[in-house]
Amino acid sequence: MDIGFFVTWFKDAAEQIRLRRDHLTELDAAIGDADHGVNLDRGFTEVCKALEDWPPTAPAQALLTAGTTLIRRVGGASGPLYGSAFRAMGKALQDPVTLPGFAAAFEAGVVAVQRLGKAAPGDKTMIDALAPASRALTAATQEGLTPYEAFHRAAVAAEEGSRATIPMRARKGRASYLGERSVGHEDPGAASSALILGALAGVAVKEATKEVD
Amino acid sequence: MKKLINTAQSVVDEALSGMAAAHPSLRVHERVVYRASGPRAGKVGLVSGGGSGHEPLHAGFVGYGMLDAACPGEVFTSPVPDQIIEATRAVDGGAGVLHIVKNYTGDVLNFEMAAELCDDVEVASVLVDDDVAVEDSLYTAGRRGTGATLFVEKIAGALAEQGAPLAEVARVAAEVDERSRSFGIALTSCTTPAAGKPTFDLPEGEVELGIGIHGEPGRRRAAMASAHELATVAMEAIHGDLPLAGDLLVMVNGMGGTPLMELYVTFAEVEAFVRGKGARVTRSLVGNYVTSLDMQGFSVTVCRLDDELTRLWDAPVDTPGLRWGR
Repeated sequence: MDIGFFVTWFKDAAEQIRLRRDHLTELDAAIGDADHGVNLDRGFTEVCKALEDWPPTAPAQALLTAGTTLIRRVGGASGPLYGSAFRAMGKALQDPVTLPGFAAAFEAGVVAVQRLGKAAPGDKTMIDALAPASRALTAATQEGLTPYEAFHRAAVAAEEGSRATIPMRARKGRASYLGERSVGHEDPGAASSALILGALAGVAVKEATKEVD
Repeated sequence: MKKLINTAQSVVDEALSGMAAAHPSLRVHERVVYRASGPRAGKVGLVSGGGSGHEPLHAGFVGYGMLDAACPGEVFTSPVPDQIIEATRAVDGGAGVLHIVKNYTGDVLNFEMAAELCDDVEVASVLVDDDVAVEDSLYTAGRRGTGATLFVEKIAGALAEQGAPLAEVARVAAEVDERSRSFGIALTSCTTPAAGKPTFDLPEGEVELGIGIHGEPGRRRAAMASAHELATVAMEAIHGDLPLAGDLLVMVNGMGGTPLMELYVTFAEVEAFVRGKGARVTRSLVGNYVTSLDMQGFSVTVCRLDDELTRLWDAPVDTPGLRWGR
């Protein structure tokens, strides 16, 4: 996992978010204020631009640039939450990047989100996608799986975690103001987290294919 | 949905240009709206901000006797730390700066981050959380901050203008919040320029009770009813949380799409309700102050006044959105 891996991850995540922008906004309209897709699309577009304008000199720096850009450009709750997650990952990431190193850095990112948002699993937030993904990464590391397999499992865990928010009652963020009426809708933050993890798995596929070539 | 805009992406910047052009007392720079007169030495600076779409909140309350700067975010999205840091440094007259923050997760996070990074300025914060529609506050992010934000900005602004120190301005700001309660009802959804369609479906015969100010759905739906009945629902919710007593400051606020005629009909009902509980409306405000784009509906905000708060409410104010006594 070199610098290029991380830059590709952000480019692919931006692409996924752009494709699913309206879907994310519709999820947000059901339980929030209908701006999640629009805001993340704007933020990740800015991240791609920042990574081009200031090419990172280490994987950790790519994460720090992405995190800082999201905090400075997005606003709302998703800017600080995703921004802090990537910044915490960047601070924890050692070069060269190994799978156990990545898993530990990812865990640090999830802890940062929990600390800032004061949310716990089951509160119907992005944590419900990120925490299972982190657990899957750690477990895959212990089993000695390849990055491709590990990221695939993390993406599946995030996807399942996001879907599991549908029957939950929101206890944090704007959706919490709906009380019982938040039940029956997928959390937009969990859904966007699953997209970002899906992009990660996609990049790992590209890398794995490259190695075969 | 027809909107008088150029593009959804440029709405906020173009609205700010228009505001600056219409009001020479304001200066707009990098998405911060300042008093053109600049900071005054020894005066506590007041900074607030939040998503755009609530006009005249907050930029319309920048001026003498209220805010020193406002940070508008994207539509319904809180500002970013950079804007808040810029504003805080620019309005500091050496006496420190008060951040007035509505209790929405995004606003709280971005103001917290900005305050942390502004270590060269003494910053105090007041969190506005007046919305009684939010129940189970132990398990949620707490009550929302809505209409009482205007009361806090006006009263704290008057005290700052009189030269009070930061701790005192912050104390009174928190007291206004503690004494204030709000409840909102929507007759229609609103349409954000980026989405281009209503945020939620609200059939002709129904209303949303307990809405916030972002077009988010409320606590529950009910059948459309008369102004008398809707005002009673709002006032019972407020009275059940903070009993109406003594002298009250009452605002009947339009959400952006309701004619003043209907707001006055509603105010008459609210005033009668207050009298029925043995309290008195001694100060009032009727109009569009904390809006939610083109939403039809209203919110009521009540503040229990004392002599000091009444005096500060009456103090001169000169902003695009609120002006008297000067």
